[in-house]
Amino acid sequence: MGQITLKGVRKAFGDVEVIPPLDLEINDGEFVVFVGPSGCGKSTLLRLIAGLEDVSGGEIEINGQPSAELPPAKRGLAMVFQSYALYPHMSVRKNIAFPLKMAKLDQAAAKEKVDNAARILNLTDYLDRRPGQLSGGQRQRVAIGRAIVREPAAFLFDEPLSNLDAALRVNMRLEISELHQKLKTTMVYVTHDQVEAMTMADKIVVLQAGRIEQVGSPLELYRTPRNKFVAGFIGSPKMNFIEGDEAAKYGADSIGIRPEHIEVSTTEGAWKGTVGVSEHLGSDTFLHVDTEYGLINVRGGGEIGLHSGDTVYLTPDLSQLHKFDAQGQAI
Amino acid sequence: MSTQASRSAARLMISPSVILLFLWMAVPLGMTIWFSFQRYNLLMPGQGGFVGWDNYYYFLTDPAFFTALINTLVLVGGVLLITVFGGILLALLLDQPIFGQGIVRVLVIAPFFVMPTVSALVWKNMLYNPVNGIFAYLAKAIGLQPYDFLAHAPMLSITIIVAWQWLPFATLILLTALQSLDSEQLEAAEMDGAGALSRFFYIMLPHLARAATVVILIQTIFLLSTFAEILVTTNGGPGNASTTLTYLVYVQSLLQFDVGGGAAGGVVAVILANIVAIFLMRMIGKNLEA
Repeated sequence: MGQITLKGVRKAFGDVEVIPPLDLEINDGEFVVFVGPSGCGKSTLLRLIAGLEDVSGGEIEINGQPSAELPPAKRGLAMVFQSYALYPHMSVRKNIAFPLKMAKLDQAAAKEKVDNAARILNLTDYLDRRPGQLSGGQRQRVAIGRAIVREPAAFLFDEPLSNLDAALRVNMRLEISELHQKLKTTMVYVTHDQVEAMTMADKIVVLQAGRIEQVGSPLELYRTPRNKFVAGFIGSPKMNFIEGDEAAKYGADSIGIRPEHIEVSTTEGAWKGTVGVSEHLGSDTFLHVDTEYGLINVRGGGEIGLHSGDTVYLTPDLSQLHKFDAQGQAI
Repeated sequence: MSTQASRSAARLMISPSVILLFLWMAVPLGMTIWFSFQRYNLLMPGQGGFVGWDNYYYFLTDPAFFTALINTLVLVGGVLLITVFGGILLALLLDQPIFGQGIVRVLVIAPFFVMPTVSALVWKNMLYNPVNGIFAYLAKAIGLQPYDFLAHAPMLSITIIVAWQWLPFATLILLTALQSLDSEQLEAAEMDGAGALSRFFYIMLPHLARAATVVILIQTIFLLSTFAEILVTTNGGPGNASTTLTYLVYVQSLLQFDVGGGAAGGVVAVILANIVAIFLMRMIGKNLEA
């Protein structure tokens, strides 16, 4: 019960077209992540689905029902905001119960739903506190609680983890994934962090300047990026791009190779270079190597033992080489 | 500011201003209390002397005292009611994106810059006047008898004048509070199924509670001392129908030349103002916490 279909949806603010006509299919129960650099229109797209912005054209179908003209509350969607948007003067219980109160549900049934949501989210001990007395992660859970009591057709998340510190973010990422497995409800998640996208998504939608660059599963995007933008955006550290004669050798305008697909040797290899900065993470070592083709990032093992100023030879794994034409499309 | 030396240095440094402020407050208050126990009538020089509680007795048993007390409460309460409710409504209107928003906002704030005597005169002569006033003109235009506001409804008329002056202040404070409301909260409420009225009552109004408290406290302080509007329009009349406590103190000291009695009235007014302040803080002071 959470099928969302966008047909030729477009959005313009005055003369500026932020989202050119766009088609997208979100299947029931899917975890879909919109990812892209800031200003790419991913939040706007989410707000269009939520109904917080009016579409300038096209149709949004939710469960087969045309919904582009419906007010937000009638679409059966719940949203978790970046700032959590909790009501500061209400207790956690009242916050979570607010949508039920607006739906005029009777008190006993509402209480049961709130208690149930609180149990799922480990909030039972905090129900009588105000949002101001909670930590960031707890506030986040209250916001999610307020969304799940409505039993919506789909959840919309607008960069929900960007206000949390790094450790908490990893935790909450896991909790949201677990929640998705438990509820099996459609979730649409907006982020600029490709790690979040890779770890959580069933399907990633990569956006740039309001256009969909590619739609696919995380590994599909990693293995077969359709163009240079997706190739550079997905994967960390970023893919290395080499242009000019070296690329022409492979019959392409430019070639791309991921840092983890380059062999490092101190004695022989295809490309010679000098180590600039080396970042030792224990499990891995990231080397920034200056070569005649520019700076190339390499991911080596933790025991690599190379330091700034060392001369190294790099050999790309040719089976993992990506080739792009002059328009940046993959060949 | 942690060492013993720096703390005592700090105390020494701020002491002149603290002492000056203390004297500034304490000397007039002390003199008022002193005069309130003296026979001090400007028409009877040389007949001074300590009279005990007589001044208080005569002031409190003055038939005008009770009327003045009620009038003061009516004025303060009425103006607070009009300004807070009107202020919230105006703030909601001004928060909408409209053409010429900047000019409209300046116009709304304008009455606050008009000095009380001037605005009272404008209301008295150009609006309320039963012969030349706009209200009389409008009444005559639809065939009604002009109404002499200041003679027949003096308290209401003065309350309206004072409320007109203070409405901009309330609107301004409430408007800034409204603008500080996180728009995501309103959007979240919208997603949660709250209609416009529910959003107003459940989200906006609680958010405005603190600003409204500030408006009420500050206005009460100033409204208790309303004077110019009464002097200019009705002179406390007809009879004593629009005499407030402040005006009664003025009548006592400067029209009846009884400085001692006026001082006693002043002390009574200070005590009553404090009682009002205590009640206010009890009722709405908790809004200011956290």
